Amino acid sequence: MQRHIKMHTKNLDFFYGDFQALHEISIDFIQHQVTALIGPSGCGKSTYLRCLNRMNDLISRIRIKGEAMLDTQDIYDPSVDVVTLRRRVGMVFQKPNPFPKSIFENIAYGLKVNGVKDKANITAIVEKSLKQAAIWDEVRDRLNESALGLSGGQQQRLCIARALAVGPEVLLMDEPASALDPIATQKIEELITELSSKLTIIIVTHNMQQAARVSDRTAFFYMGKLIEVNDTDTLFTKPKLKQTEDYITGRFG
Amino acid sequence: MIKQRLIVQKIWFSLLKVAAWVNGLALAVIVYFILSRGWRAVSWGFLTQAPKDSMTAGGILPCIVGTIALCLMTILVALPIGVASAIYLNEYAGHGKFIRFIRLGINNLAGVPSIVFGLFGLAFFCIVLKMGVSIASGGLTLGIMTLPVIIGASEEALKSVPNTYREASLAMGATKWQTIRRVVLPTAFPGIITGSILGISRAAGETAPIMYTGAVFFTPDLPASILDEVMALPYHIYVLATAGTQIEATRHLQYGTALVLIVLIFGMNLSAIIMRSKMRKKLRI
Repeated sequence: MQRHIKMHTKNLDFFYGDFQALHEISIDFIQHQVTALIGPSGCGKSTYLRCLNRMNDLISRIRIKGEAMLDTQDIYDPSVDVVTLRRRVGMVFQKPNPFPKSIFENIAYGLKVNGVKDKANITAIVEKSLKQAAIWDEVRDRLNESALGLSGGQQQRLCIARALAVGPEVLLMDEPASALDPIATQKIEELITELSSKLTIIIVTHNMQQAARVSDRTAFFYMGKLIEVNDTDTLFTKPKLKQTEDYITGRFG
Repeated sequence: MIKQRLIVQKIWFSLLKVAAWVNGLALAVIVYFILSRGWRAVSWGFLTQAPKDSMTAGGILPCIVGTIALCLMTILVALPIGVASAIYLNEYAGHGKFIRFIRLGINNLAGVPSIVFGLFGLAFFCIVLKMGVSIASGGLTLGIMTLPVIIGASEEALKSVPNTYREASLAMGATKWQTIRRVVLPTAFPGIITGSILGISRAAGETAPIMYTGAVFFTPDLPASILDEVMALPYHIYVLATAGTQIEATRHLQYGTALVLIVLIFGMNLSAIIMRSKMRKKLRI
């Protein structure tokens, strides 16, 4: 099977002011695969994730060097429209963050800001997105109720549905299950596996079992450097480096 | 030893409790005082007639209408400018020198005594801009005086909107303005409105800023345009109590007017609180 590289970075450096948070990160993200980014707190994995949809642009005094590509498009090229980029590269956050609006409005939001006006079309996409995020059956009768009335796990799946509604090609997930209980976590993990048939997923996680369960490939970060990246099975069973082995066996971090 | 610590704690808690109760007590005393002396003066005729016989009899309708007109003008001036400033300062502006200068200006504006606002209004709006003593001049003066309050309340409300809402919106391909317009403002709206109404109800009771700019001693006519002068409740009390023809004989009218004024202000505050709780329920914050 032809493995298409959906997104990649090459020698990506990232600076907060004078502090270099990322050193020469080069990773290929293969289409329709799940790539997990693991590593101890402060290793730069979240910073790296936020480089991929340019969420770091919101912070002042940052600097970035190297290459970051979506298909054949350099995402840091001055001609790139960040708004369009973020529609193609969606994001799910650590804490469920639905808007204080109705369930329907939460999903319709992304469509409306992107100029979709046709009501029937919006309704159809809302339903489709909620089904994709495996939450339709739980909310179909209460679409007009506030999203804040849902449980944490439901809220997070709603946020996934919200991200899916604008039709992203890549989905970035920043520890999407870390604020959830084990059952809700399991549902999110099943969902990730299911979504990967249509999307390229990049997930940051603290939980090594989770990385092993959901991902095809895993990248291990430490102190702003990429230590090792490989197929998940290989990385977890036969890590090349001692440092990786120490981390995945729980000897540090 | 443990007993002693518990006693110390008890003493402090009691002191804090007393401090909190003093507020309620002060309000209760004021309300009782005004109510007991003013309620006899208040009647349907008092609310619907103009003053008569050199303001020793009759009602206070022109004052009620005047105060409401000044309030509306204040809202018109202060709400858009205040909310817009708060959005700019909280959502767009950084921490540069110019922004710090603007913030310093706002803080100092809040500290300017109200009589100074009155003199400024007289010099600038009434004389330089030739608006004379009018609802427009008085409302503009009160509006500028209320701006810092509205900016403060609005900024607090905007700050209380979780950053994760902004991030979620931007991550879906919304622009910054769409994010502010569709997510941040609706979430902050209850706080903005409540804070603003509280600020404006404060302005409604002010005397000094309007005594040269909007309110007059006596006019039996109701205003027909915003360039008309008006009577106003706080100024009317001041006039009756210090410069009336029969100060002692009109005491009951003074307290009656004061009663109407505080009822009006409590009404505004109450509506602010009700609006806030209704909107919060809708948003489920």
